[in-house]
Amino acid sequence: MFDGISIQLLMGQLLIGLINGSFYAMLSMGLAIIFGLMHVVNFAHGAQYMLGAFIAWLLLNTLGINYWGALFIAPVVVAIFGMVMERLVLKPIHHLDHLYGLLATYAVTLIVEGLIRQQYGSSGLPYSSPIPGGVNLGFMFLPWYRLWVVLFSFAMCLGTWYLIEHTKLGSYLRAANENPEIVESFGINVPRMITLTYAFGVGLAGLSGVLAAPIYQVSPSMGSSLMIVIFAVVVIGGMGSIMGAILTGYLLGVVEGLTKVFYPEGANLVIFVIMILALILRPQGLFSKKEGA
Amino acid sequence: MSRYLGLAAILVLALIAPFFVYSVTLMTILVFVIFASSFNLLLGYAGLLSFGQAMFFGTAAYITGHILKTTGVSLEIAIIGGMLIGAVMGFLVGLVAVRRSGIQFAMITFAIAQFVYFLLLQSEFTGGEDGMQRIPRTEIFGFIDLSDNFSFYYFVLAVTVLSIAFFYRVVHSPFGEVLKAIRDNEPRVESLGFKPDRYKLVAMTLSAGMAGLAGGLKATVFQFATLTDVSWHVSGEVIFMTLLGGLGTLTGPMVGAGIVIGLNDHLAQFGEWALISQGVILLAVILFFRRGVVGELGAFVRRYKAGGRK
Repeated sequence: MFDGISIQLLMGQLLIGLINGSFYAMLSMGLAIIFGLMHVVNFAHGAQYMLGAFIAWLLLNTLGINYWGALFIAPVVVAIFGMVMERLVLKPIHHLDHLYGLLATYAVTLIVEGLIRQQYGSSGLPYSSPIPGGVNLGFMFLPWYRLWVVLFSFAMCLGTWYLIEHTKLGSYLRAANENPEIVESFGINVPRMITLTYAFGVGLAGLSGVLAAPIYQVSPSMGSSLMIVIFAVVVIGGMGSIMGAILTGYLLGVVEGLTKVFYPEGANLVIFVIMILALILRPQGLFSKKEGA
Repeated sequence: MSRYLGLAAILVLALIAPFFVYSVTLMTILVFVIFASSFNLLLGYAGLLSFGQAMFFGTAAYITGHILKTTGVSLEIAIIGGMLIGAVMGFLVGLVAVRRSGIQFAMITFAIAQFVYFLLLQSEFTGGEDGMQRIPRTEIFGFIDLSDNFSFYYFVLAVTVLSIAFFYRVVHSPFGEVLKAIRDNEPRVESLGFKPDRYKLVAMTLSAGMAGLAGGLKATVFQFATLTDVSWHVSGEVIFMTLLGGLGTLTGPMVGAGIVIGLNDHLAQFGEWALISQGVILLAVILFFRRGVVGELGAFVRRYKAGGRK
């Protein structure tokens, strides 16, 4: 069908694209949730993802707690870090221009990345797969762990989307996004809800970090390099749309994988080209309902 | 009056500085004074947070270097070439980025800057990961030889003074007033019949051109250009300088560039602590001293004067 392109290469890159897409989807979803309620672009999202991976590595190498333990503990630790950060850094500047939120989380990123690099160096640390082996599908080899990541992150995305769009808790969130004063007048503690939402989004980033640890190497810069792509994903999907962020994340991961097969030189660039095209053709965002939202 | 005295004092200091301080360090400060001022024009006066200012700076450094390496033109032509490339890029990025307001402008410039980074990484002429080395410092206007750092400093200083005069003119022109009005209340400006997007696009072009000028100068000061010049760390550093010095003031970026370059020089031996301290200081500025060094000093002087009159 395609001259010179083997089915193994195609399927292999599709799988890598799907895996990358899972991380794009989970991280941009967290970013969209935080932005939706707080109007803060959480630049530290990448650093918090990296923290999740590092905590998993530390748990294994100092306390001997394995991957499955880390999958519960690390997101909670990162979420607590997020809670403290929200109270100390974001709450005091909430009334200012939202640009300050982006800049403050950028500053936190510098501090967190710098401290980790100072302590553990900038080279990657290995984290071995908790589910070794895989299955031979005939046309390709599918490692069990990668299958687990695809399925688990898909479930996380769907679950979070359902929680926010179709439950009572989610309706409070969406209402507070529209009009915090009225929600507060119904007796709901909006500041606490903001703190918890931020912690939830940040915890998701930490969870993604744990998932990523056995696939990518655990390194201080693993988050910031991903962050650049995540920004493009969120811009393409339209800010604040959760389903938009999820779909765009998966779509771009797969497109990136396919580009690696058919035009390897363009693999780094394709997401940004799509972003520029999307801005020209559909300035309000692919999945955004509101004009200019 | 006191403002002119201050500027005169800074100018005198700048003129005698190379007798006391290493001239390359001083030139680095001057380059970043222009660069940070270009960022300040966008955020301080138009309310646009460019998180990709390094793309204009770094690309211009490569273009100026490439012109000098492949042709025998005089230095100022090559630097102007870098400046024009910066302006054209700024115009193109502006066309796309001003379509989304506020915070998204920051994310778009950030992502496009990374796009430019990858493009330059894959281009032949940039030398990829190795960067562009041994950029010649040709004669200025074809006959003034400034190849030693001491005399080159005065060339860079002259360009910097002209640049600051340019920023002063822009900010204090009717155009600058409209920019400030857009920053403070965009819908109102629009209701008065102005087209904010066009003003933003012009601001973006001017700012990117000046960032390009800084980049071209940088290539001739250090005689090399690398991918670091295009990286988001440099975009972040210039934000840090401007906020630390004082956003929306003409002298703020100057003071900020001086402090940060000095700080980097002293902290270079401590590895990561340079970046960590940048983060801590930036956070402190955002949380407690949003007016920056110049703004807080100004406020202090005003308070002092008000107190003295009583």
